[in-house]
Amino acid sequence: MSLLSTEKLRRQFGGVVAVADVDFAAEEGAITGLIGPNGAGKTTLFNNVTGLDFPTSGRVNFQGREITGLPANRITRLGIARTFQNIRLFKEMTVLQNVMVGRHFKQNARGIMRNRTMQAAVSVLQLNRTEAGITAESMKWLEFLGLTEFRDDLARNLPYGRQRELEIARALATEPKLLFLDEPAAGMNPAETEELMRIIRRIRDLGITIVLIEHDMKLVMNICERITVLNYGQKIAEGTPTEIQGNEKVIEAYLGKEE
Amino acid sequence: MIYFVLLLVIYIGIFAILSLSLNIVTGYTGLLSLCQAAFYAIGAYTSAIMLTRTHVNFWWVLLLSGLVAALAGVLIGLPTLRLKGDYLAIATLGFGEITRNVLLNWDSLTRGPLGISGIPPVRVFGIVLDPLQKVHYVIFVWAFVLITYFVLRRIMRSRVGRALEAIREDEVAAYAMGINITKFKVFAFGLSAFFGGIAGTLWTVYNQSVNPSTFDFLLSVMILCMVVLGGMGNHLAVILGAVLIEVAGELPRLLGFSSLVPPQFKQILFGLILVVMMIYRPQGLLGRRVPKSKYVAAGGPSVGGTDGSHTGDLS
Repeated sequence: MSLLSTEKLRRQFGGVVAVADVDFAAEEGAITGLIGPNGAGKTTLFNNVTGLDFPTSGRVNFQGREITGLPANRITRLGIARTFQNIRLFKEMTVLQNVMVGRHFKQNARGIMRNRTMQAAVSVLQLNRTEAGITAESMKWLEFLGLTEFRDDLARNLPYGRQRELEIARALATEPKLLFLDEPAAGMNPAETEELMRIIRRIRDLGITIVLIEHDMKLVMNICERITVLNYGQKIAEGTPTEIQGNEKVIEAYLGKEE
Repeated sequence: MIYFVLLLVIYIGIFAILSLSLNIVTGYTGLLSLCQAAFYAIGAYTSAIMLTRTHVNFWWVLLLSGLVAALAGVLIGLPTLRLKGDYLAIATLGFGEITRNVLLNWDSLTRGPLGISGIPPVRVFGIVLDPLQKVHYVIFVWAFVLITYFVLRRIMRSRVGRALEAIREDEVAAYAMGINITKFKVFAFGLSAFFGGIAGTLWTVYNQSVNPSTFDFLLSVMILCMVVLGGMGNHLAVILGAVLIEVAGELPRLLGFSSLVPPQFKQILFGLILVVMMIYRPQGLLGRRVPKSKYVAAGGPSVGGTDGSHTGDLS
């Protein structure tokens, strides 16, 4: 069974159908690619699944449970994290703080006490310990992405490629089961892209399912096990990289029809 | 003269609490609010009414004034959640004016433009606070400045503070990190209003009378000036802002040539300070605090790190 699936997911903006009744699925433990020309509705699909936007109709299932229409903060808590196409870091906060925000709902005094007042009291007393725990956990993720040395730098002062990595570290800090990457290689040079591919595989090896939008075909064909192709909001193809490369509809969508 | 200096120290203390409280909403959460004077007024009036009409213990008066103000904070926070920047500023400005007008016109409760006077002195830890004994007030007010400072510092250095800062930096990303934006924005307003209300009580207790004309729009702007001058998102900086603005405003009197400068001197000075700051040092005198990690790598003491110079550049 798929970890995540959409059923006839539709999102309309007035008369524009950005996503037209798409059935999309991400298999557990796999790296799934979502490709298509600009304006195909890839990011809209991401937004509708991660709760930043709400579908006009259709449903979204995650781990056998319907999550359609849940707000982003609840969806993140269920185990879906994401990065953004146009990097959205907390720019005036340090690299470490950015990742610590990702630990927001993972480490607090809740759960020790059932009673709310007691929780509040406990959280004040345990603050230092909780903070130390959050710091240690966050450092692990910085280390995972090789960002340890930058921990006290402001996020906005990081080089571009590092900013993309920091976004991934921050998303991983929420301990997701499913990670959405929206054009992770955009603006990266070939060396950085190579490094990114290694990182994505290492994340998959942690048991995290990955769905990524990407225009860099070398990356997509190399690391994705399944690929879904969107064009004008519709799903036009689905399959393994080899199947997609030979698919006439896909070639047509990217290169245009031969007269 | 010493009397006047003590008076100034008391005012500075009250304004320090006000700027600390506004700093939560504007400095940390990044919401431009222009109604801190309203929370201050609500706290001041709540305690004035309770002190003149009931015989409730001072500490209850203080707590209730804070809570009533916090409630008002939540009430302004909820409907304005979707607003940002200029729009939020306008809405809070409107709320401030509404509050002042309610105070001005609800005669049966607030005695309208007359205000409430003859507020009996309060007893704190067995000591009756007599307005003539200014030293007592100085200790009293600054004790609250310290409490406010430590409480807010504690909260802001926890996950709650981080969540508020994340909201300021990027609301969408904060949302995607599992932060309940609504809850934290309303919390920021409530917390800020609570301490604004506490400051109001301190004012009432010191002044022994309250009048709606005190809590005008200019007061909110003045508090904002203190936060901006000192440095948004930095507790010590905004206290410094309160000190500087208050001292600067009273400079002619302190130096003994108050008869030579027009009474509008203060406003002109604030305007000038704001313009100069925005051009040369928009991040405030001290700038935002950049926390260094306390984390020590396994191999030895922490390496790298910043020298804090990031806060100082003008990019």
